[in-house]
Order: sequence, then C-alpha cells, then structure tokens
Amino acid sequence: MSWEPSARELERRAVRRSLHRRGLLIAGAITTVVAIGLYLLITTSAGWPSFKEAFLNGYHARKSFHAVLKGFWINVKMFLIAEPLILVVGISVAIIRNTVTPWLTPVRILAVIYTDVFRGLPTLLVVSITCLGLPALNLTGVPTDLVVLGIFGLVLCYGAYVAEVVRAGIDSIHPSQIASADALGLSRAQATRYVVLPQALRRVAPPLLNDFVSLQKDTCLVAGVGVFETLLAATDYGNYHFNFTPFVVSGALFLMLTIPLARLTDYFGKRALLRERGR
Amino acid sequence: MRLRPVALAVVPFVLLAATACSPKEDKAAEPSTCAVDKLPLKTAGQLTIGTDSPAYDPYFSDDDPTNGKGYESAVAYAVAKQLGFKNSEVKWVKVPFNNSYAPGPKKFDFDINQISYSADRAKTVNFSDGYYFASQALLVLNKNKPAVASIADLKDLKLGAQTGTTSLTVIRDEIKPTHDPVVYTTTNVAKRALLNGQVDGIVADLPTALYISAVEIPHSSIVGQFPSTTGTPEHFGLVSEKGSGLTGCLNKAIAALKKDGTLAALEKQWLSDTLSIPVLK
Repeated sequence: MSWEPSARELERRAVRRSLHRRGLLIAGAITTVVAIGLYLLITTSAGWPSFKEAFLNGYHARKSFHAVLKGFWINVKMFLIAEPLILVVGISVAIIRNTVTPWLTPVRILAVIYTDVFRGLPTLLVVSITCLGLPALNLTGVPTDLVVLGIFGLVLCYGAYVAEVVRAGIDSIHPSQIASADALGLSRAQATRYVVLPQALRRVAPPLLNDFVSLQKDTCLVAGVGVFETLLAATDYGNYHFNFTPFVVSGALFLMLTIPLARLTDYFGKRALLRERGR
Repeated sequence: MRLRPVALAVVPFVLLAATACSPKEDKAAEPSTCAVDKLPLKTAGQLTIGTDSPAYDPYFSDDDPTNGKGYESAVAYAVAKQLGFKNSEVKWVKVPFNNSYAPGPKKFDFDINQISYSADRAKTVNFSDGYYFASQALLVLNKNKPAVASIADLKDLKLGAQTGTTSLTVIRDEIKPTHDPVVYTTTNVAKRALLNGQVDGIVADLPTALYISAVEIPHSSIVGQFPSTTGTPEHFGLVSEKGSGLTGCLNKAIAALKKDGTLAALEKQWLSDTLSIPVLK
C-alpha cells in the first residue's frame, strides 16, 4: 500500500501554498507600483525631453557607435595585457614581503615602499605622470607610445593593490601548514610554492577578480592623456556635436563586459565555499 | 491583511513619483527691448559670463578673465558695456567646455570660450552671431618643419589636436593622415606631447597657434593655415541656454560693435596679424 499524506499534512500544504501565493501577489504588486512610480518619476520630470535628446539620441548613438567601439577595443587590449602583468607584479611583491631571510632586506624595504606609494596615489595621477612625464625624460629605450605608458601606469598602481590582496591571502594560511611542510622536509621556498601559494591564491580569487573588474573600468583613465579609447572617443564626439549619447553607448559596452565577469566572480565564490565548507 | 513596518521602505519611491509631476517654470521669453532690467538674466542686475579654466592666451591673459585683457575677455566686457552693464556688474564663472552644452539650466548668461558654430551644436544650445572668424593652422617644432608645405605632404605626419574642436575635423577631413589623429583633452597636454615628440605637429586655431609659437614654445613654428572647406571660415559664437531670450540682444550688441569698429580694433590689439601666414594647398 502506498503512503497517503494525512489530512493534517494536506492542510499544512494548503496553508503553505496560500502563503506562498500571497507572498507572490504582494511582491508582484509592490514591484509593479514602484517600477511604474520610478518610470513616471523619470519620464514626467521637466527635463526628460531634453535629457532624452542629449543622452538617448538614436541618431547620435548610431553615428558615434563606430568610434566608441573602436575606442573600446583599445580598452579591451589594455586590460588583457595589463592583467597578467599585474598578477606577476602583485604575486612577486607579496612573496618578497613574506620572505624572512636577512639577505633580502633591501628588496623587502623596496617592496614595502612600492606598495605604500602606489596604493596611496590616485591612479589618474600615476597614469598622467607615466604618460606625460616619462617620455619627457628623453631617455633612449623609453617608449613614447601612450598606450604602452598607460599600461605601465596601470600595472604600477594595480600591482600594489593586488600585492596587498595576495599578501592577505598568504597571511591567512595557518602557520601549521608551513610547519607541516617543514616537517615533511620541504624547504621554505618549496613550502611557499607548493603549500602556501596554491591555498592563498584560491582564497583571494574573488577579491582579485573584483580588482580586475575595477581595472577594466580604469583603463578609461588614459583618456586624460589623449589615448583615443572609448571614453575619449565618446567625449570627443560629444564635444563636437554637443550630445552625450556616446557616453551611454560606451557605458553599455562596459556593462556587457563587466556584468558577466561579476557573475563569474560570484559563481567562483560560491563554488569555493561549497568545496571548502560544504555549503 | 496586516501591513508590515518593513513595507514603509517603499513609501519614498511612491512619494517621489507623486512629486515628479510638479511643473517647472518656463524659460524667459525674448524681451521686447534690450534694457538691462528687461533682460532674462541668471541674477538680476548682473551679467554672468562663463569660460573654461585655464583661460588660454591670446583670448585671455594670465588665466584671469576678469582683467579685460586678451581678445575674448575684452569682447565680453565690450558686449556687457553695449548691453548697459558696468564692469563691476560682470561676474565670471568657470565652465569646463563639456559642461557648457550639458542639458538643463546653465549657470551662465553666456559662455565665451572659442566655441565654433555648427548646425549640430545649435540644436542643443543658442549661438550668437560670430564675433571672430578663425582658421586652423598646423604647428610643428622647428627641427621637424617639412620643406614643402602642401596638404598632401602632411599625410605621413602624426598629428594631434584638442578634443571636440574643428582643429580635429581639419585633420580628419582635410589632411586625412595615415596615422589616426591623437586627441588631447586640453591644449596644455597637446603642447607637452609636441615637446615630447609624441606627435609631429598639432593643429589649433590660428591665433592660438601663433601665440604658442611666439611665446610658449619658441622653437616651434607654423607650417601654414588651412583653407576653409565651406567657403566661409568657422565663427566663434557666444553660447547661451537653448531657447534663451538673451541671444537676440547679444546679436544686436555684436552687430553694433562690428559697425563701430570695436571688434576690429580689439582683434588688432590682442590677436597677431594672421594675413602673413601662408595658406596650405
């Protein structure tokens, strides 16, 4: 004989269903009211027609799209090149700061100065100095290409941030791990390479991805020194035609890139939690 | 049904929506006469004039628009006088170029900042009639000065100009160089890049180019000025809010200043002689 739910269980289910329905009803109604309210708020505002004309102009969106997209490609190239370099700089500096041997003291001091200085300076300022100041030195071998110099500036700043994130990851590894590695006969360098770093990097992956989302947007900073990337392309079009629509176009391009990465970050974070703590 | 206290979080949105429908005052209409007390001004009895900061020579002097020195500062005070304002009733505000055309109310009665008229731009702001007709010129360091000066010879140069200017249009549409033009946010950055060798030359309006070569970068010189494609050189206009009632009176003032020779005299006083510069073919 198959199991039949009791009358009481059926009653419980009915109550649960009705509560759920009521919840859905309230959520749907209140969300609709707020959405309509916000829509009305924006579209009935006195400046809406002129806002629409200046920021959501289809004609200017189409006309500027090519230049904005071409500029955006420069942004994409910049962070694709900058990201691996930043990882290398960040991890190296973090490892150096965590060494203990007295021989490396001068390098450790340099690493501390580096992170302190470049975390403390506004990125736009560093980019301006690397792009306009370095070539003014007139040194042979220093490139004058603004994209290269801009990437250099971004790597300097973000390298310092990432170094701190990685260092926090390294510090979060329990000393017993290093002691165990020692007991197994691993050298200090081997312990760092095979025991500490793999765990540390896995732990800081979400904040690192967060930094990289931020980097993607900060590639726009080179606009200030004349690299014709998407922000400057949009500004230029706007300045010439007196219309702001290209900014919206450029913003949409960025979101198409950063939102998937943000979702990916969340996914990795969840997966890490699941693996490490089973929830 | 019990209303939970947490539902109150929605109230601000609903209130906002309700207040959104409140009307806003209309723009002042064209006054019947151009008497000071009839003009649609931001602040009654005071003429508020906007310009970018820094204010560059030779249009301004010492980055101080209030001193009446430099062509545009002098023109602004002449227009103010023509409208019936005393010098002390003129107030200057700093308006970055890309804020000057932002939609919505503006904080200036008019903006004077070497803004060239174009039909596209006139859809967003009001332009007065021109107070100066500028052509564009190419500036290079002396050591890089090309021997032959025809537009076709300039194709292989790496050129730069300030964003949003007709200088940039000249590079894109007339020179059509093999390298994409380098776009600078300000003239200062463009000058730095020229000195650094990051560009071979920069295009600017002729008075600016003349000033740079005469004062700021003495070892630079002008290759030539560009002929106008449209037949008439671009004109600089005073920019006001779209639909501003002031533009008609500004036009009357400019017409009067043209007629009595004030504009020509100011041009002679503040802008170098541009006729001696060869026209590129």
